[in-house]
Amino acid sequence: MVTSVSGRWCPNTICHSRLVHRARAAAEAVVDPELPMLTLADLGVLRGVRVGADGGVTVSITPTYLGCPAMDAMRADLRTTLRGAGFEDVRVEVVLDPAWSTSWISEGGRRKLASAGIAPPRDSDPGRGAGRRFGEPIPLTLTPPARRVPCPRCGSEDTEQTSEFSATACKALRRCRSCREPFEHVKEI
Amino acid sequence: MSFDNAYEAITEDNDARWAFGTGFDDPLAGVSTDLPAEVDRAELAQYCLMLGDDALIMSHRLQEWCTRAPELEDEVAIANIGLDLLGQARFLLARAGAVDGGGRGEDEYAFLREESQFRNVRLVEIANGDFAHTMARLLVFATWRLALLDALVSSADPVIAAIAAKGVKEVTYHRDYAGRWVVRLGGGTAYSRARMADGLAAMWPLVDELFRPHELELRMARAGVGVDPSRLRPEFDTVLAEVLRAATLEAPQAAPLAGVAERYGRHGVHTEVMGYLLAELQSVRRAHHEGASW
Repeated sequence: MVTSVSGRWCPNTICHSRLVHRARAAAEAVVDPELPMLTLADLGVLRGVRVGADGGVTVSITPTYLGCPAMDAMRADLRTTLRGAGFEDVRVEVVLDPAWSTSWISEGGRRKLASAGIAPPRDSDPGRGAGRRFGEPIPLTLTPPARRVPCPRCGSEDTEQTSEFSATACKALRRCRSCREPFEHVKEI
Repeated sequence: MSFDNAYEAITEDNDARWAFGTGFDDPLAGVSTDLPAEVDRAELAQYCLMLGDDALIMSHRLQEWCTRAPELEDEVAIANIGLDLLGQARFLLARAGAVDGGGRGEDEYAFLREESQFRNVRLVEIANGDFAHTMARLLVFATWRLALLDALVSSADPVIAAIAAKGVKEVTYHRDYAGRWVVRLGGGTAYSRARMADGLAAMWPLVDELFRPHELELRMARAGVGVDPSRLRPEFDTVLAEVLRAATLEAPQAAPLAGVAERYGRHGVHTEVMGYLLAELQSVRRAHHEGASW
């Protein structure tokens, strides 16, 4: 364990950029508490890692949904991990702008979701209201949208939505008509 | 202190909030908290309370469905919608505390205000009734709130604008969910249709109040921070007509529920059930007021 990473010990620029690199690498390795196959970086909720002149680290994260109850666990995991990497003074701040959307999930993150049996969001299905003209209301969708979401287990596209809400706010429930298995789908917002 | 287990990590710094999901240090840290020019801080705080209280009290009513919904999918859906609204409420109440300068946090606003200090519209506080009543209310509420949040995306207050941008994505799902149930029940059996019509009729006296501007809302609208709710009515009527047409139901006819000397929910004048609701929401916090944080 590094005993001190204070800028007072090593005030030059090269050393500072090493600290930033190490803090960023540590923060990027932290996994999401609800989707542990993804890192916070894969999910796109990790927005920035800064190291101050005094060696203090500030990590910025953004909620997927405003009511996401995993934010506290993320904050605690980031602190624990960064302290393990030698950073004593760790601050985690929440940023709201720009708002998270599923397009922030990385390509690697989408592959990891699929291999864990969770259908990733499809960018070909943008959130409702995308592309509407200024002043137009957001359109209603009174029948479940006919999304072509392939089954993450058998690959069949013959799947149906059973609920737009699931065990977490960011996922919908679906069922595959071919292999008969239920599965979750990270819904597009 | 070591952080070998999750419990210790969460209870660090003598933080008494040991359960998941109970608090941020400051939910608004990192958001630009600049105040829009020429806006009175106390009035902006009150406006945030109006927007936040609507979400808080609606969320509380939806939470009452936990373990009581007709199917597992609806149990999960209603809980998720309540959670989304609670998230909106927390950020808005925190914003109110940040701008009014009194140092109050979200919990003080939620747990320690008196009934007359709550600024929510009365639609969100009435009892749930049956599932059809709940879906009728959710449709009315989500249609109105979606139009409101969509207009607030361009608010001069950067925090309200950011919360609105996020809330629009969430409430779009809420409105669709409620709308689908209204269509399903309205177009179902004669019995389900009658129950759905009853639900809509029960909500209708509370609809007018949603579009009746409070003086503070008008001042906030003039300052570019808020929205005059009366301008949301055409969109609301269009959306409701579309749902009712698909549900083969008629719009109810009902006189608006009277206020008290022209004072309504936004003024802190509520219906009788609000006292019972707040007793359940606040009693534990009020009984353990020393040293506990939530």
